[in-house]
Amino acid sequence: MTQLVSISSTLLYAAFVLYLIATVFFAGSIKSKKHTNQTGKNKWATIAITITITGFISQLGYFITRWIASGHAPLSNLFEFITFFGMMLVAAFIIIYFIYRTHVLGVFALPIALLIIAYSSMFPRDVSPLIPALQSDWLAIHVSTVAAGEAILAISFVAGLIYLLKDVDLAKKGKQTFWLEAVLFSLVLVVGFIVSTTAGSIAGYESEFAYVNSEEEAATAQYALPALVIPHQGELLTEGQFATSLSMPAIVNASRLNTVLWSILTGTILYLVLRLVTRKSISALLQPLVKRVNLNLMDEVGYRSILIGFPVFTLGGLVFAMIWAQIAWTRFWGWDPKEVWALITWLFYAAFLHLRLSKGWEGNRSAWLAVIGFAIIMFNLIAVNLIIAGLHSYA
Amino acid sequence: MNEITCKCGHVNPEGTELCLSCGRTLSKDAENRKTADVMRYEGMARRSQTYNLSIIDKIWNFFSSVKVGVWLIVTTLIASSLGTIFPQALFIPQGTENVYYEERYGIAGKIYYVLGFHDLYSSWWYLLLIGAIGTSIIIASLDRVIPLYKALKHQRINRHESFMKRQRVFSDYSVESPEKTIAQIRERLEKKRYRIREEKDHLLAEKGRFSRWGPYINHIGLIIFLIGGMLRFVPGMYVDENMWIREGETMAIPGTGQEYFLKSDGFTVETYEQGEDPEVFNNTIEREGAIAKNYQTDAHLYQREQGSIAGQQGELVEVQNGAIQVNQPLKFDQFALYQVDFRQDEYLSMSFNMTNKASEESVGSFTIRFDEPQKVYELENGYSVELTEYFPDFSGFEDGEPQSVSPIPNNPAFLVRLFSPEKPDGEVAFIGIQRNVEPLGENDYALEFAGVETRDVSGLTVRKDLTLWILGLGGAVFMIGVVQGAYWNHRRLWLKKTADGRLLAAGHTNKNWFGLRKDLEYVFDSTGLEKPVDHQEENLNRNTSADAKEENNRDSTS
Ligand code: HEM
Repeated sequence: MTQLVSISSTLLYAAFVLYLIATVFFAGSIKSKKHTNQTGKNKWATIAITITITGFISQLGYFITRWIASGHAPLSNLFEFITFFGMMLVAAFIIIYFIYRTHVLGVFALPIALLIIAYSSMFPRDVSPLIPALQSDWLAIHVSTVAAGEAILAISFVAGLIYLLKDVDLAKKGKQTFWLEAVLFSLVLVVGFIVSTTAGSIAGYESEFAYVNSEEEAATAQYALPALVIPHQGELLTEGQFATSLSMPAIVNASRLNTVLWSILTGTILYLVLRLVTRKSISALLQPLVKRVNLNLMDEVGYRSILIGFPVFTLGGLVFAMIWAQIAWTRFWGWDPKEVWALITWLFYAAFLHLRLSKGWEGNRSAWLAVIGFAIIMFNLIAVNLIIAGLHSYA
Repeated sequence: MNEITCKCGHVNPEGTELCLSCGRTLSKDAENRKTADVMRYEGMARRSQTYNLSIIDKIWNFFSSVKVGVWLIVTTLIASSLGTIFPQALFIPQGTENVYYEERYGIAGKIYYVLGFHDLYSSWWYLLLIGAIGTSIIIASLDRVIPLYKALKHQRINRHESFMKRQRVFSDYSVESPEKTIAQIRERLEKKRYRIREEKDHLLAEKGRFSRWGPYINHIGLIIFLIGGMLRFVPGMYVDENMWIREGETMAIPGTGQEYFLKSDGFTVETYEQGEDPEVFNNTIEREGAIAKNYQTDAHLYQREQGSIAGQQGELVEVQNGAIQVNQPLKFDQFALYQVDFRQDEYLSMSFNMTNKASEESVGSFTIRFDEPQKVYELENGYSVELTEYFPDFSGFEDGEPQSVSPIPNNPAFLVRLFSPEKPDGEVAFIGIQRNVEPLGENDYALEFAGVETRDVSGLTVRKDLTLWILGLGGAVFMIGVVQGAYWNHRRLWLKKTADGRLLAAGHTNKNWFGLRKDLEYVFDSTGLEKPVDHQEENLNRNTSADAKEENNRDSTS
């Protein structure tokens, strides 16, 4: 079984590499002179989508082998859930690709899937046993449907981003130019997180603090990166490691905040280097890729993915969630933060649909809403797990 | 009523935008609005757009506005998010609200508490928001669904040229034989499963009309769900009780009106163990320490038999037995019993020896069971112990009086009187865990602690919820409605042979224009004609093919 786990990891790794290669081919396909509108058959794109599907199958292999090895659906911790979300994003992309055949979507969707998978692998990757609350078939049913729904909704973010990159006039300094760059900057921060965490783990950095937690009990905290901030009344136990004297209040998880600070630091440096070297904003760097995009089509792709994703999300995030909550926690709804954020996500997309249908919010506005929707999904996926502790915080 | 007579002679009700017969626009206003907006409800008169005089009209118009609906949704969304900044009162130790927030979160916490955000989801204004959304859904839907139903039911095939020209997808063809072309198109439309109706020189093909009802069906689902939520507050629909049951104990299940009883055979906790559980878990077990594997109460369920005479207590009859685990509630009648909590090693009994202090010899021993403490424990040879007072959860002295904070034997203590042949009036002592006080002077005899027995306690939740099926129904109806509206769309194609022999083709869909274009591409393929032009698409394509540099130049000069 341990061998199966390592086969499983290899398959995931292979999928990651394949997605990377596919991205390159998609980029090649939109450069192709022959296909000005970037849709339809094109040799580069055919290779790219074939590699993408191979990658997807490989990742499916990871999922199945890990399921067999652990005896339960691998959706039980942050690593497994976010990885699965990445896989669903690729699946959603493949489906939308075969409906619309827009190559440029691959140039943006796959890197985002890559970023998500890389992000997930920063969390503990061990196969973990299920606590009693998770021992149910509803784990697989509920979590996979939520992930699928959110992934389809996320495609609207990809389409929205492409739309905005073309639509926003970067020559004018305005709100839209600023926020577009901010969205891209936040993606760079994720890279910052991955780079700093990986660097820390390659260097084998570890330090430990004794501190007083919010229940006023003595506790210890592990740091995987040099301490820029230390826990409440923290005392460094590991000799020779770096620590500032910036002590956090007891309610703050200082070790996590420290990682966040490192991510911001690394991400910002990366961003500044990129700007200095290229003398361009990231938006401007990416803009040539979307030069020939059909805005109307991108708008439709975005709307359509929300139309397809909304019912799936409702089913997984609310209906199945309520059924399971009734069985596991005695009540179908308990205002747990994760539940509330699922409700917020749902209300948000409901508002989107109403604005689109009745107020004619199309094009630019619709694209911005898709970006905000994705931010809400990411907030629920990541921040609610890590910051707001509740029943769901299975990290 | 001010009826509107169209050029074609048809008389339309007040407020109509597109003539019900030929489709001409009937007002300047409708003419100036975007076609997609006018077409949404087929240009029908809607109550909210027509009347605005009485107070009822005003309320109706307020709630029927989608703008208002969206504001309500967005307000609820933002309000909901505020409730997750700090934990809700329900997740913190009960009764500590007034200090908890300020102590932990400082001034922000205090503001949070003062504003009532600590109990946001049951606040009056939050419920009011939900209520307003419900009202808005009902009124907005009624305002639209009735006219829409009428319009779609009585659709005319024959449309005026101006109606067709206004459509987003429209082309004007000159063909040799319009009849032949129409026949070719018709054949292809049938293959695409369009429903076709023809009238002299006109054709209307339609597909997926039922998807137009999707939003209304999903709104009905939401309303059913909200009603289900409200029924929760009707007495008898909902039971939410907790019970703590000890190993070996039999007790009435609260909320069942003394009809059902539960006996516990004991509570078990299991954790994952290296070597026992699959090897693949070893790393995690090492990293995290003990990980719970199972919480389980083994129980017997009894029902009280109906006595033959009213009011007479019948026998208890076992109806079920088995394990209650997390995710595996025990279900009976309309109730379910859930494993939610536990306390391990609660004191069941304590044993003592009564000893003579001088000789250090025991004169007898006895056991106090905390579930049924006795007044007097008789020992042999004239010795006895009287339990004057029992403090199950001793917390200290107040004004010299011992205090107990709960009836649970967490820290039992006793005031006792020790009788012996030498001291027939007894000697007073106060004993507890690690505690032996002789308040009235030195005694001859003492109680010596001789052992303790413990047992586990299961925390169970008793739940009955008769609203569940209504909520389930609401959810199902909602799902059917959204899927219907989202995965299908209403596509139409109008063909018209004009008096001067041209062929007009106009298409409309409520969403997914890409899908309509693909259909039309296929349908027109056999005619040798280009598919009707999507004018919105065309405008953008013109933009797209222009060189990006040129665009930039134009922008910077404008
Ligand atoms: C949380 C609550 C709500 C949900 C989940 C919801 C859901 C939906 C959905 C999914 C659609 C179809 C949209 C589309 O196909 O693009 C829709 C349409 C619509 N909703 Fe709601 N809705 C909600 C509340 C409201 C409210 C408060 C109003 C009141 C104004 C409203 C009025 C409408 C209208 C007028 C339509 C358009 C129907 C049509 O013309 O086809 N909805 N709703």
